[in-house]
Amino acid sequence: MKNRSLQEFSKGIFKENPTFILVLGMCPTLAVSTTANNSLMMGLAATLVLVLSNIIISLMRKVIPDKVRIPIYITVIAGFVTILQLLMKAYMPDLDKALGIYIPLIVVNCIILARAEAFAGKNNAWYSLLDGLGMGLGFTLALTVIGLIREFLGTGSVFGWQIIKSVPMPSMFIMPAGAFLVLGMLMALISAITKKTTEIEDCSECPMHCSARMEEGEKNE
Amino acid sequence: MSSETFKLIIYISFGTILMNNFVLSNFLGICPFLGVSKRLDSAMGMSVAVIFVMIIASIITNLAYNYLLLPNDLEYLQTITFILVIAGFVQLIELFMKKTLPGLYMTLGIYLPLITTNCAILGVALINVQEDYNLWQSTLYGASAGVGFMLATIIFAGIRERLDSSDIPKFFKGLPIALITAAFLSLAFSGFKGIFG
Repeated sequence: MKNRSLQEFSKGIFKENPTFILVLGMCPTLAVSTTANNSLMMGLAATLVLVLSNIIISLMRKVIPDKVRIPIYITVIAGFVTILQLLMKAYMPDLDKALGIYIPLIVVNCIILARAEAFAGKNNAWYSLLDGLGMGLGFTLALTVIGLIREFLGTGSVFGWQIIKSVPMPSMFIMPAGAFLVLGMLMALISAITKKTTEIEDCSECPMHCSARMEEGEKNE
Repeated sequence: MSSETFKLIIYISFGTILMNNFVLSNFLGICPFLGVSKRLDSAMGMSVAVIFVMIIASIITNLAYNYLLLPNDLEYLQTITFILVIAGFVQLIELFMKKTLPGLYMTLGIYLPLITTNCAILGVALINVQEDYNLWQSTLYGASAGVGFMLATIIFAGIRERLDSSDIPKFFKGLPIALITAAFLSLAFSGFKGIFG
């Protein structure tokens, strides 16, 4: 019991890291990782939504009819995202401006719906909480690493603290191109460590697609 | 047409296609961008489907926002409403297409469920609200965003077809080299930023 709890929590951080291993939720990963602070906050925001939606979906899993589960999951997730968005607007207006439309876009973040579909809809609330927390922290960790690298290489600072002052830094890294480049290099590093190549075959990583495909399958039967 | 309107049309269309390219500078629609760009023909099919859905999503969410949410002070429900409205409407069109235009469905239809509600489509709707675009401006924005996606994806697919036959270091195969290629493409597109001074 204790062992399994630990396992559900820790798998999201390294072994099944949502960004580096599962390659989910690329849009926010690339878009908001201009500074370490933005990355960290975005990661925590997504973690909060992920944990709450995982718990609620897990509690409701016995009453949700299988056929309409995806719309219900989305409604639950969208509800939490709206709460988060309003809270951020009220208490952290600067951050809300910095993250912009990427806060409401948490709704369609592949990680959250994928966890609802793959885990929370099948397991009890405690494990779903741990799964959400682990996956969320794994996402936060990945995002912060990318943000740190980009911020340091692009502006010479870390979490807003100016470290390199005299030398001009290549601003390419805080431009969109830098996001692709840093993530690409990190992916290569990861595949060198794990000795596996990462390949995106089609859009199957997007849960919306899974849902569409599953519905098609049901119809065909 | 007044010169103001003309300026706005140029600004929205070229600005969205080249300067603030949806994929390469806003990072919206990365998933289909990486997913279907292995072959040129599937990139083409997906792009046409994206343009189609983006135009529909822009129109339908603009109407929903202005005639449903605003009069009732329900702006805070925009995210949830947009998702449900877009998903519902695209599903409807898919069914309609299957029955009446099977030829078009064969080429476009398979891509529709993939993109019904991904971040690119919801992103268009949210940016339209953020920028306060009216109905025709939203439609133009949606179309331009789709064309921008098409341009980026087709160039990218062309490059990736070549990458397949080239000798890449083992650990860069697959996603890493694709991302690095996208980085250079994005760098090239950022050259358009100075176009309007």
